[in-house]
Amino acid sequence: MNIDIFMLAIMDGVSYASLLFLVALGMTLVFGVMRILNMAHGSLYAFGGYAAASIGLYMAAAGLPPAWSLAVLVLAAILVGTLLGAAMEMSLLRRIYDKEPMLQLLVTFAAFMIFEDLQRMIFGVQPYSYPAIVDYLGVVDVIGITYTRYQLFVLPGAAIVIFIALRSFLKYSRMGKQIVAVAHHREVSMAMGIDVKRICLFTFIVGSILGALGGALALPTTSWVPGSGAEMIVLSFAVVATAGLGQVEGALVAAILIGLARSFAVYLLPEIEVLVPYLIMVLVLLFKPEGLFSVAQARRV
Amino acid sequence: MFSSKAIRVAAFAAASLFTAAASAQSGKPAEIKIGITTFLSGPASVFGVPAKAAADMYIEQINAAGGVKGVKIVPVYVDEGVGGDKFLSEYRRVVQEQGVKTMLAAISSGNCNIVAPVAEDLKVLNVMWDCGTEKVLEEKRYRYVVRTQANATAEMVATVLYLLRTKPGFKTIAVVNQDYAYGRDSWELFRNTLLALKPDTKIVAELFPKFGATDFSTEVSRLQALRPDVILSTSWGGDLDTFVRQAAQRGLTRNSLFVLPLAESSLERLGAIVPDGAIVGARGDHYFLHPELKDDPKLKEFAQKFKAKTGAYPIYSVHHMIQAIDAVVANYDKAIAGAKGQWPTTEQLADSMHGLKFRGLTRPLVIREDGQGLEDQLLGVAKKTAAYPFPVIDKMVIYPGALVTAPVGKKSPDWVRTLTPAIMKDASIKAFPALK
Amino acid sequence: MSKVQARMGPAAMPTPATQPASARSRPIVSPPAIAAAVLLVLALLLPVVMPWIKTPVIIAACFGIAALGVSILIRAGQMSFGHAMFSCAAGYAVAFAARRWPWLDSTVLIALGTLVGAVSGLVIGAFVVRYRAIFFGMLNLALSMVLFAVLGKFFTLTGGTDGMRLARSTFFGMDLERAGFETALLVSVVALALGLGLLVRRYLNSVAGQALSAIKTNETRLEFLGISAYRVMLTGYVLSAALCGLSGAVFAITQGLVTPEMGYWIRSGEIVFISILGGVGHPVGAFLGAAIFEFVKVFAGAYMIGASHLVLGVVLIAMVFFAPRGISGLLTGARKGGQP
Repeated sequence: MNIDIFMLAIMDGVSYASLLFLVALGMTLVFGVMRILNMAHGSLYAFGGYAAASIGLYMAAAGLPPAWSLAVLVLAAILVGTLLGAAMEMSLLRRIYDKEPMLQLLVTFAAFMIFEDLQRMIFGVQPYSYPAIVDYLGVVDVIGITYTRYQLFVLPGAAIVIFIALRSFLKYSRMGKQIVAVAHHREVSMAMGIDVKRICLFTFIVGSILGALGGALALPTTSWVPGSGAEMIVLSFAVVATAGLGQVEGALVAAILIGLARSFAVYLLPEIEVLVPYLIMVLVLLFKPEGLFSVAQARRV
Repeated sequence: MFSSKAIRVAAFAAASLFTAAASAQSGKPAEIKIGITTFLSGPASVFGVPAKAAADMYIEQINAAGGVKGVKIVPVYVDEGVGGDKFLSEYRRVVQEQGVKTMLAAISSGNCNIVAPVAEDLKVLNVMWDCGTEKVLEEKRYRYVVRTQANATAEMVATVLYLLRTKPGFKTIAVVNQDYAYGRDSWELFRNTLLALKPDTKIVAELFPKFGATDFSTEVSRLQALRPDVILSTSWGGDLDTFVRQAAQRGLTRNSLFVLPLAESSLERLGAIVPDGAIVGARGDHYFLHPELKDDPKLKEFAQKFKAKTGAYPIYSVHHMIQAIDAVVANYDKAIAGAKGQWPTTEQLADSMHGLKFRGLTRPLVIREDGQGLEDQLLGVAKKTAAYPFPVIDKMVIYPGALVTAPVGKKSPDWVRTLTPAIMKDASIKAFPALK
Repeated sequence: MSKVQARMGPAAMPTPATQPASARSRPIVSPPAIAAAVLLVLALLLPVVMPWIKTPVIIAACFGIAALGVSILIRAGQMSFGHAMFSCAAGYAVAFAARRWPWLDSTVLIALGTLVGAVSGLVIGAFVVRYRAIFFGMLNLALSMVLFAVLGKFFTLTGGTDGMRLARSTFFGMDLERAGFETALLVSVVALALGLGLLVRRYLNSVAGQALSAIKTNETRLEFLGISAYRVMLTGYVLSAALCGLSGAVFAITQGLVTPEMGYWIRSGEIVFISILGGVGHPVGAFLGAAIFEFVKVFAGAYMIGASHLVLGVVLIAMVFFAPRGISGLLTGARKGGQP
């Protein structure tokens, strides 16, 4: 394998990894704080894409210049994440905090099923596409291969910006520290006077926004069809499990690992390209079941 | 002697006995239910939904003119977008629960492979109205399964002939086909034909993204690195739209000649993205600007009506649907004549389909004794003009179906290997003058 | 059973007061038995009135058997979101076998599918049963997705996303037409369902089965008793995989088609849904859940197109909040000790 293919694989892998990271980040954040694995997270991804497409197409018809379409994507994601996230947390998740983890999983699975049908009812079953921002930003030549600027700069850029912002938020801001505290030990945090309910709601909304953002940012590069949410759930599981549930930095590394591995597979062994994320997850879970970056915890009797 | 009441009752009884006898004599059903499968969801729906609109329009037209010998046609739709497994359950339910005896199935070659043996088993007439895989009718002789259009053999042979005519000196070719029956079968046929007619061709990549894939960026990257002279894709529907869009975005369409035998159905949606000079096919001679028939009243009227109703010109899926419905109706006429006034049974209908001659919106077709239809193939190159906001097909050539379809009893992948370059100069091929 | 008694002495024998209700002697005509009888009658008589309903009933029975398998593991508090992989693997094994040896009888094919399910259960379970809770669920999910991806990708071997078709084989040596074949399948699968339901009930009331519930409540204590949790879980896992394999084999033969969708994670989720809906307390629950599931799907397909998953999701949430022991839990009434 020559250096050209190597570089190509890296560039292809990085943009895919950025999207994976954004979506997985939301899921792992929610788990870290609320100890709930949200199976409906992929639905937020799907809704994010659909909402961005609908709003974007409407604004384009109303005369919005393409340069602004990126803002449309982000705003659509925030809107969807806040509305759906708040609705889901307040009506459903709040009531299952004290139930067994398996029942919690089942409830989020039920929410996923409901969202799948809601999507079809609201947005229909035809494909949506909204490539305005990609066309606007144009292309750039790298070692003889043409890439879109969106793919090379916007997606990884967004991932990095969000990563740094979230880390700083969790480390330095007051609310961030409270979130970390709740993630670490819920009861002690409550005892120390942290409003755990508010923190959980806030975290879930942020997690949902991240999932929706993944969808909104993925939209310009593909066409949006029913079922994208279901696929994304398993892929983000793979990233989250490989990293370790609740690990933010780990999620970035795992996303890059899986993104690059898949990309290299396309060039070297195209038959196993679709398998790669699941194979990595299985291998990691078999040897280090808590994930690559997790801190070992004694199993409570 | 007889009370008036008794006379009335007797008259009534006689009358009902007579009408009962009369209808028992002709056996006319109250309505003809036809099951129609098409893609109503997912990326392929951009291809399947116009076909449904066409079916609704056309059946309404037929019913308004009296239906089939006075019997109205009622369509029942089945969505192919739900996946092969659920589709099969729905197909069975429509046949068994709703008692449908004529099915138009399907668009996806994968689904045709699935339902053909089931239709034979359930003894319902199954008209394959759009799927291309040649294997269904070549691997087994069916009584109840026929095809009212050409198969992949005709489409691929015609495409190779047109390619060799347009760009005879190319060296390398890559293929990007959908990973399902038609994508695989069509490549097998194309490759065998090409290597028989031009053995020195080098195949640099064979890529098969999954059916319904929404992202082709890795395929585009690989092709950019390989730089083939020609890129073939028998994709269709939303998959083709996305692939061409992504390829054009990254400049792949500039460096390689795109050969897209199924692109007539995407021209209007893609618009200016389709590069000038790309080879475009219509899976038949289905084009609203048909060089011979664009002013033919049936085609012209329907095209205008369709555009007025749906906002777009008819694509070949629409033509195929009309063809299939026309075939079914023509077949009823043929079978009723053969059954001497009695309403034909499903067996009689199935048998009379073989050998049927009929016409859709363009050139007439015939169905052979093995159930395969012979359909002429139109190919050309895309060209932007001021007349339309999307490219038109220029430098059109029509290849007659009999020339490019494997003879009855022959397996296509083997038959195409026997082709010689002499076929390129066959007299029955008709080329039309280029646009100014 | 005797090993435990020997080690712990007669004092440790379960006394009638602490025995779960199901092992106590009680009248034959208990609500679950009535429910089972009703289902049996419906399954066999409805197709006489509406012949087209044969296939949906067979499919419902298949789902029920798979849910029976999954409910064994739910007893242990572990929810596997990947068990569809065993029905899928069995289905494909049947398809390959039917293609390679077309003279094989359907009963042999079903047995083969069950065996494939059991063996893969053993191989995979050997690793997987060490995990608990979310990791267990996710690892099963990942493995099922590996199978799904492999089956979908290797077109030349497996037919890719189009799947593989099966020709109709003989049944008990008889060459049957479609209607007769379907009736034969229906009767066999209903008989199997009944037999397996009774078998699973015996298993769950045995020490191995009770130990499964103990894994849920307090695993360490079970280990202290000298019972290997690993062995108990593995036995349960293999049994559940075998049941899923059986259901997959029958499904494949009924449909005449296997596709990778058989192993998709949502299919596994649906099986779990059916188990919870019906309740894991009594084996009839799996079949009650499956019947309702099929009914909603067919009903929604006809009247509320595209809302079947919505309805199921709402039903599931309602079950979790109001009837967490499922329908069979409602039938058997509240128990002392809260044993599911």
